[in-house]
Amino acid sequence: MPIVWDEIRGREIIVRHAGREGPLLPILHDFQATFGCIPSTAVPFVAEALNLTRAEVHGVVSFYHDFRSQPAGRHVLKLCRAEACQSMGGEAMARRALNHFGLEWGGTTPDGNLTVEATYCLGLCACGPSAMLDGEPIGRLRPASLDDIAREVAVR
Amino acid sequence: MTRIFVPRDAAARAVGADRVAAALQQEAERRGLAIKLVRTGSRGLFWLEPMVEIETPVGRIAYGPVTPTDVAGLFEAGLVDGGAHALRIGRPEEVPFLKRQTRVTFARCGIVDPTSLDDYKAHGGYRGLARARELGPAATVQEVTASGLRGRGGAGFPTGIKWKTVADTSADRKYIVCNADEGDSGTYADRMLMEGDPFGLIEGMTIAGYAVGAGKGYIYIRSEYPDAIRAMEQALAVARAAGCLDGFDLEVRVGAGAYVCGEETSLLESLEGRRGQVRAKPPLPAHKGLFGRPTVINNLVTLATVPAILAEGAKAYADLGMGRSRGTMPIQIAGNARHGGLFEAAFGLTLGEIVEGIGGGTASGRPVRAVQVGGPLGAYFPRSLFDTPFDYEAFTARDGLIGHGGVVVFDDSVDMARQARFALEFCAIESCGKCTPCRIGSIRGKETMDRIIAGERREANLALIEDLCQTLKFGSLCALGGFTPFPVMSAIKHFPEDFGRPRLAVAAE
Repeated sequence: MPIVWDEIRGREIIVRHAGREGPLLPILHDFQATFGCIPSTAVPFVAEALNLTRAEVHGVVSFYHDFRSQPAGRHVLKLCRAEACQSMGGEAMARRALNHFGLEWGGTTPDGNLTVEATYCLGLCACGPSAMLDGEPIGRLRPASLDDIAREVAVR
Repeated sequence: MTRIFVPRDAAARAVGADRVAAALQQEAERRGLAIKLVRTGSRGLFWLEPMVEIETPVGRIAYGPVTPTDVAGLFEAGLVDGGAHALRIGRPEEVPFLKRQTRVTFARCGIVDPTSLDDYKAHGGYRGLARARELGPAATVQEVTASGLRGRGGAGFPTGIKWKTVADTSADRKYIVCNADEGDSGTYADRMLMEGDPFGLIEGMTIAGYAVGAGKGYIYIRSEYPDAIRAMEQALAVARAAGCLDGFDLEVRVGAGAYVCGEETSLLESLEGRRGQVRAKPPLPAHKGLFGRPTVINNLVTLATVPAILAEGAKAYADLGMGRSRGTMPIQIAGNARHGGLFEAAFGLTLGEIVEGIGGGTASGRPVRAVQVGGPLGAYFPRSLFDTPFDYEAFTARDGLIGHGGVVVFDDSVDMARQARFALEFCAIESCGKCTPCRIGSIRGKETMDRIIAGERREANLALIEDLCQTLKFGSLCALGGFTPFPVMSAIKHFPEDFGRPRLAVAAE
């Protein structure tokens, strides 16, 4: 479970990557894994530690689709919207999934349990339409898969 | 003890391989049978996944696609002796899809235990590096040049020439960077190799480092591939502990969800810890690459092919293929294909043979209407171009590209105007923002395509799209903006009826 922003933990992460070439992305990945997002207070903190400007760090955080400024729901479902999944009816399946959970792209359920996001290719292109639930791959999505996902999200 | 092989490949796991593996273990215990489960990569026959293989005196016998509920019945039918069952496929090597392939880069994928260095060596691993050491650095570069190997990421630049440029440039440090940011929809060759034969990449990068005098290598893997990241980290730890890196330092770095980082200069920016924005060339990365130092940046398939080239000799590789496209290409049949999977073959098969003959047409059973080759920046080809041979130059001559080898099949329910719109939308989502044609042009293109779809001043708007595509093609800094016109213009040219224009005579079949 992610914890709230904590300067000591932040410092530990930065120290862990000291001496690495180009450490910013590995640091941001670890921040997000620890705090669930890149909190706005972390930006000047990282900037000072790496001798960068705040603008440079903010520029990097905002450039990459992965980095969030707010934590996601407890579970994250990524649905592939790229061509190979489109050819297997992926768009209709994605719409069905959004309706199933009452969400739009990028939305989180009111209980904070599930966030649904778009992704563009998971490399499962011969088993489409595909998805990823909390990092676990799901292929050959069909309507029944959505019930499985809902059940899994509810118990974990 | 009988060895049973179940893939741990992400695509196999996506369709239940873990549950099948657990069921096999449980059922064997229940029956008091001693089995050893080995989690391999995938053979690449995805319509048969999860595919289970049993080691028998006559070789491995495959069953698939297996579900957990099939497991008890399989044991009942004598699975451990390769017994008859409705799901029995027989020897995987005899399946036509596999039998027709020429596996060079993928020779070990789906066969070896990807966590075992001993298994890797028992299947020819590290013979390439040994031969490189015998030849010396300069002759190793010469061997790669003589093989005719070209960049498998899509650009098709001769690998040996790139290596020679780096070898000839003096600097205090040099780098080898593996581009494993495999973002093209319809491609999964890099992912399969990382999950199924990671030591092959490690050996290829070690050879590259030796050949050009680089001491450090990075493997930049996209974050959408958590299984591949784990597999690579695991293999690197094994190789490092066994002393196989031999002074060459290798590190995995993880991307952060930016498609454009598959472009080599933006990948280098990202590795350096910046926004993944494209650099103008020159300087070439071979002269001033990572941290301003001479850098070999190659696609993963390119690097993973090097050990086989060194081990078997340049000639064996160069003897395969056609024209200036030498060797083999891992073709990835994807999307609405009946037999989707990885098909490694010498260059020269026609697109029709790939889609109909090997892929077996569509999964939906409807007629094939369009095939997108080479990812989201590749052209849509109609059936009338099915005689195009799979070769860099042949696809260029027909306003297309082979890219990283992805072949996405669409049936006749596809709306090509929607596909053209998606190409522009994707470019807008993923544009790094550095150059104006790509940043602004993609958005305006999407809006214009919306008007065409709504039937608004169609001819005038199509003319505008054509004009915009010219600007994108010639005015963009990299392939994202520069190649987005391929899917857009090919859709308009080959499928005019989807844009409110009269149908082409040849497309009427």
